[in-house]
Amino acid sequence: MAVMTMRDALNQALREELARDQSVFLMGEEVAEYQGAYKVTRGLLQEFGPKRVIDTPITELGFAGLGVGAAMAGLRPIVEFMTFNFSILATDQIINSAAKMLYMSGGQFKIPIVFRGPGGSAYQVSSQHSQAIESWYAYFPGLKVVMPSTAADAKGLLKSAIRDDDPVIFIEQERMYGMKGEVPDDVDLTIPLGVAEVKRAGTDATIVARSLMVPVALKAAEELAKEGVSCEVIDPRTIRPLDIKTIVESVKKTNRVVIAEESHPFAGVGAEISAEINERAFDYLDAPVKRVSGVDVPMPYAKNLEQLAIPDVAEVIAAVRAVSYL
Amino acid sequence: MSSQTTEPREKSNTPAGGATGVLDAPVPAENAPARSTPAIEEDRETLLKIFHQMLLIRRFEEKCAESYSLGKIGGFCHLYIGQEAVGVGAISALRDDDYVITSYREHGQAIAKGISAAAVMAELYGKAGGCSHGKGGSMHLFDKSVNFLGGHGIVGGQIPLATGVAFASKYKETDRVTVCFFGEAAVNQGAFHESLNMAQLWKLPCIYICENNQYGMGTSLARSMSLQNVAAKAYGYQMESEFVDGMDVLAMRQATQRAIKRARENYMPTLIEARTYRYMGHSMSDPGNYRTRAEIEKYQERDPIKIFTAALKEAGVLSDQDIADFEAQVKEEVEQSVRFAEESPEPDPKELYTNVYANPIEN
Repeated sequence: MAVMTMRDALNQALREELARDQSVFLMGEEVAEYQGAYKVTRGLLQEFGPKRVIDTPITELGFAGLGVGAAMAGLRPIVEFMTFNFSILATDQIINSAAKMLYMSGGQFKIPIVFRGPGGSAYQVSSQHSQAIESWYAYFPGLKVVMPSTAADAKGLLKSAIRDDDPVIFIEQERMYGMKGEVPDDVDLTIPLGVAEVKRAGTDATIVARSLMVPVALKAAEELAKEGVSCEVIDPRTIRPLDIKTIVESVKKTNRVVIAEESHPFAGVGAEISAEINERAFDYLDAPVKRVSGVDVPMPYAKNLEQLAIPDVAEVIAAVRAVSYL
Repeated sequence: MSSQTTEPREKSNTPAGGATGVLDAPVPAENAPARSTPAIEEDRETLLKIFHQMLLIRRFEEKCAESYSLGKIGGFCHLYIGQEAVGVGAISALRDDDYVITSYREHGQAIAKGISAAAVMAELYGKAGGCSHGKGGSMHLFDKSVNFLGGHGIVGGQIPLATGVAFASKYKETDRVTVCFFGEAAVNQGAFHESLNMAQLWKLPCIYICENNQYGMGTSLARSMSLQNVAAKAYGYQMESEFVDGMDVLAMRQATQRAIKRARENYMPTLIEARTYRYMGHSMSDPGNYRTRAEIEKYQERDPIKIFTAALKEAGVLSDQDIADFEAQVKEEVEQSVRFAEESPEPDPKELYTNVYANPIEN
């Protein structure tokens, strides 16, 4: 067990999978000579050479589609978006090509590709560079969507994503790259996709949180424990397919749910989880499902406004109190 | 028709091909390739195979139009009638292990690459025996066994995909080439430019064939493209390019052979602009009110099958009896494809949920 940042855990996963399988290659803007805009790909060019670690022009639609075509012909591309904000330019290839190819070819062409990079809120970069768009990708059958919240999860989930035969959207939270955690040394460490984890066990209320909101929810649970309120924190880790069973089992025990997310609330992942809980566990609820979401506005630049736009520990605590009628 | 290189050009930016012969307006005369007459220099077997494919595709698509009118084929149905020489000529130059990837106007190219007419017709009928098992339809024909990587429905969407397939061939150190077909309207998409840039930058064995049929749905080239010289756009990427009379199947074959040589030997891409014309509407629902009957008839005088037939007869390769025999054979093949499609079962309702994921996760 080593303690390392999420950045280094991701770097290890990439290094190990590039070493393991010659059909795996990595491409994206500044991934090679620059060593990665966020240094996730540091050292990989030196270790694997320019054939397998490839700097692309700034041409997101083009290289995303190139990756999908390479996957059709038997390779296993890892396509890095410098940030997921720029994946918006590539959505035609991600949605119309990657997600649907296996289906519309009647099962003939699988697309084993990972689209990865930082997403979610960043620090003071305003509206176009600071947003959570996982609900877009989670909408489409054919895609898998993964959002790790710890260094160990990041490594294990990324390795699984690379070995998976389907297109995987792998969103790393930009603010979390420097967060440290224990990571097992095992080079075959994988964490299965589609499996949630109970990050903290509890009995009085369930907090469903993903990505950046997991540490926020854990901090809220810690504070609430001091008041005698026992919270269970569940991280779905994979948004699609969603491990709703683990969430529903928790709700049946606690009867109260808060969903914490930094994304916009409207038509979001939290809305979907809430709908699922209502359909599957309505009779177990002692209070309406409560969402704590990012504010429904584009991200502002000013530091004070930006802080107001993203849920914090106090808001999660208030929401747990609200569903607990405290 | 000479190949254009990206070496510094001495005079004008007028592409090779000359300014004399033209496929008429709306293409500016100075941009058009010379009209060519099929030069019969191939062996008889190759010539007859090409003739058979063009005729089969023509009759097959005439049947598609009929079946569509009868409600047997649903959705969008984009016919290739008039453009057969482009797909057949280019694909005739490929090896079986080379790849073809294309747009939604792909029935003919699918047949030329080796998918049976029966499997294509069954797909149009939405049947389990279709080449995509009824899940793709007219716009999404696939057959991995013959390296036909699909019809794709978003204009230009297949161009980055083709670039990636070519990337994989080079990555795996094979000499397989990829042919990517698209219409001239796709040239206005960013996907085209992004792909050509990467293909030349990274020297990828991809042959981009623009089928310039002069209309993007109902909008003419003149109304949609500032530089109506598609081949010239290759200069922007220092890529080799070539104009071809897309009505001349052997000119298409030979231009593709030159591009294949560059791709196989040096991993170099090529852009080919084939000037052609579609006789039918954009899709079956398009009455084609944006052009005159006279314009269509003018192009039909240089119908690719008509001029190839004449050249073969002239060269003594085909007799009137041979032509009649081919017509009879093709008629039977088309009827057989319809019988197969009619008799093929509908997809099992359970198939609705299959092939969404290669590694499904139960939740």
